[in-house]
Amino acid sequence: MQAFRRYLRNPAAVLGLLLLLLVIGVALAAPLLYPEDPLDLAGRPLQWPGANPRFPLGTDPSGRDIAAQVFHGARVTLLIGAVATLVSLGIGILAGALAGYHGGWVDDALMRVTEAFQILPSFLLLLVLVAVFGSDLATVTLAIGLVSWPATARLTRAEFLSLRSREFVQACRTLGMGDARIIFREILPNALPPVIVYAGVVMATAILLESALAFLNLSDPNVASWGNLIGAGRGVLRTQWYVSAIPGVAILVAVLAVSLVGQGLNDALNPRLKAAA
Amino acid sequence: MSAPVLAVEGLQVALPPGADRPLALAGVSLALRKGEILCLVGESGSGKSMMAGAVMRLLPPAVRVASGAIRLDGEDLLAASEAEMRRVRGARIAMIFQEPMTALNPLRSIGDQIGEMFRTHTALSAAETEARTLALLEEVRIPDPRAALRAFPHELSGGQRQRAMIAMALALEPEVLIADEPTTALDVTTQAQILALIRDLQHRHGTAVLFITHDFGVVAEIADRIAVLRQGALVEEGPAAEVLNRPQHPYTRTLIAAVPPLAPPPAATRPEAPPILVVDRLSKTYRRAGLFRRGGRETRAVADVSLALPKGGTLGIVGESGSGKSTLARLILRLLDPDGGAIHLDGLDLARLSHRAMRREAWRVQMVFQDPYASLNPRRRAGELVAQGPMLHGVPRAEAMARARELFELVGLRPDAMDRFPHEFSGGQRQRIGLARALALRPEVLVADEAVSALDVSVQAQVLRLLAELRDRLGLSLLFITHDLRVAAQICDRIAVMRHGVVVEEGRAAEVFGAPQHDYTRALLASVPGRGWTPPTLPAEAQETA
Repeated sequence: MQAFRRYLRNPAAVLGLLLLLLVIGVALAAPLLYPEDPLDLAGRPLQWPGANPRFPLGTDPSGRDIAAQVFHGARVTLLIGAVATLVSLGIGILAGALAGYHGGWVDDALMRVTEAFQILPSFLLLLVLVAVFGSDLATVTLAIGLVSWPATARLTRAEFLSLRSREFVQACRTLGMGDARIIFREILPNALPPVIVYAGVVMATAILLESALAFLNLSDPNVASWGNLIGAGRGVLRTQWYVSAIPGVAILVAVLAVSLVGQGLNDALNPRLKAAA
Repeated sequence: MSAPVLAVEGLQVALPPGADRPLALAGVSLALRKGEILCLVGESGSGKSMMAGAVMRLLPPAVRVASGAIRLDGEDLLAASEAEMRRVRGARIAMIFQEPMTALNPLRSIGDQIGEMFRTHTALSAAETEARTLALLEEVRIPDPRAALRAFPHELSGGQRQRAMIAMALALEPEVLIADEPTTALDVTTQAQILALIRDLQHRHGTAVLFITHDFGVVAEIADRIAVLRQGALVEEGPAAEVLNRPQHPYTRTLIAAVPPLAPPPAATRPEAPPILVVDRLSKTYRRAGLFRRGGRETRAVADVSLALPKGGTLGIVGESGSGKSTLARLILRLLDPDGGAIHLDGLDLARLSHRAMRREAWRVQMVFQDPYASLNPRRRAGELVAQGPMLHGVPRAEAMARARELFELVGLRPDAMDRFPHEFSGGQRQRIGLARALALRPEVLVADEAVSALDVSVQAQVLRLLAELRDRLGLSLLFITHDLRVAAQICDRIAVMRHGVVVEEGRAAEVFGAPQHDYTRALLASVPGRGWTPPTLPAEAQETA
């Protein structure tokens, strides 16, 4: 409760929260405002925003409504961002928790795997995964989650390393508690705050990764994502720049919102760090 | 009587809003004269360290001096500019801190850091600086001063580091030396040496020393005069012998009454019961493997230790840091796996059990931990923490909670506190929760690892009384691990003295204290601060609740 009040006292964090609510609102409103498939042909291609009252944000090179794509794209973007983040957190927390709690050879093995993922540029790895396994929405989301867990794993491991030697963990062991229970019920809740904060960074990165894939026409072409729209506008970038710019702004807003919320959570949960800065 | 070197007049130090009280120091006046040691005594939170901070103008951010005056030779330090204060610090008022490892820069050699004093405040040449530094290290009796000059902090022992700190503080012959708990982090034998050193140097240089401590034993050892602080207010001040033996203020009386006397309990009259726990040639060696087996190091933390704990009795294990006493406790609880030996508990060899089997038998031996802040999961409610153990062993939740409620009463906590989180309790209360948690499994043996070391002396006495009372009421056998011989004398009927992983002496408490056989035991006993002072028996007036 106190952390929530501290959060609300931070103007940047409140702005982030409002922007995030805006993006969520847009995503929720999409089926109400634009019940038809946003990828259907809607009118003459490449109409400038405002030129035709039916298309307030204009149309893309294939004659599809940009506004409809932006609204539906918010759903796709949030979905990819959230699911990829969950996948990444799931793998990262599990690997980090086991490595940090057990130490020894478990730690060595898991950390070498983590490093193997870390030394590859994540986008390159993502391209390989998509090239091999195809580019439907589920695969892309999973692949993004799969390339972004190492940092979470390292963070979780560091937390576990410091927590596992605390006396309350030893106390649990003297009560006869099993390892799994100690890891997930006793230590994990104490290790989570920094990981949750970091989830904001993971989500922002996931959104950017998907956009970058779509820009290269490697994301799922059958969904109306913002990245796909940017990719569609690539050919007419010099004359009809708005086709790429409008979803670009949308991505900017979404990433900014998620980052600000993450930073705000960090300041609210670790007030002392903020005061020292 | 000479004029005071340092005079503090009506000093008020304000804490930031939201702190537990508005003033850290509420109008404190003190006078420190040349050549005397004034001990400022108080429990945690009394504001004694704020006093040092105020004098040095090194208060934490948001804490400020509200009113009053601090005069050094008549000149008001509060009116001094920042540049003037820099000339005062180190040169005219020097300070020694509690933890010499963190007070020294780990990346610079000892000689370099002491030399810094001369470089900052004087115009000595490099050669003169080195010569003076060497002379200082000789004066504080560091073994091999020439090597210490080039050594880095981590290469010295705790006591040697504190000697280096003292050398640094005395470099410029300051008029006032402020020592903030300078021996609290040290072992007793080292503490005795450092106290003797401070006393000796103070005599020779005539320095005025403001010695801040919570330990009445140390006070009895070193003080000329004593000032007692409570919640930021000075409650009593006077010559050492007066305050120690005829305390006037009720608070001072409770503090002194809580200091455990060094006399062992009278030899038990009841016949010794057969042992419940027998530790037989238990060993644990820590190996630090180097790369390709090079540079690997072996430490024999516990080497062939054999002990017996009589049923219903209390066996104290005393020793300094690194003696292996905590490792021994963790071996008995199987928090660590022994390399060899046996732990017979009522015929069952705990050392031979698999981890799975040990979890089933875990209820038999329970532990109370040292740190009341780290030993409770901050995200669980107090009642849950206590009920957790029985629930793990198959007791239904409702019954476990009912048992927790009984235990809360047993350890002197209100049952309605069960819904609170650990951070809402004081240190003594948390230690009671830890005790209730250990008792919830109805153990046969209770291991207390420095269970009262982190507590203020008045709270310490209460928790000790509670432990002894519960032991007698529940028929518990107690393994009591401590570095503090005064505490051990209070509660143990047998004592084992450990050093470097080996038990050097074991016997009835009265015999170990009265007629120690081993040299090390004698050295330990001789180092207990204030051993020449027997706390007067005072009528207990204010019984505080922890």
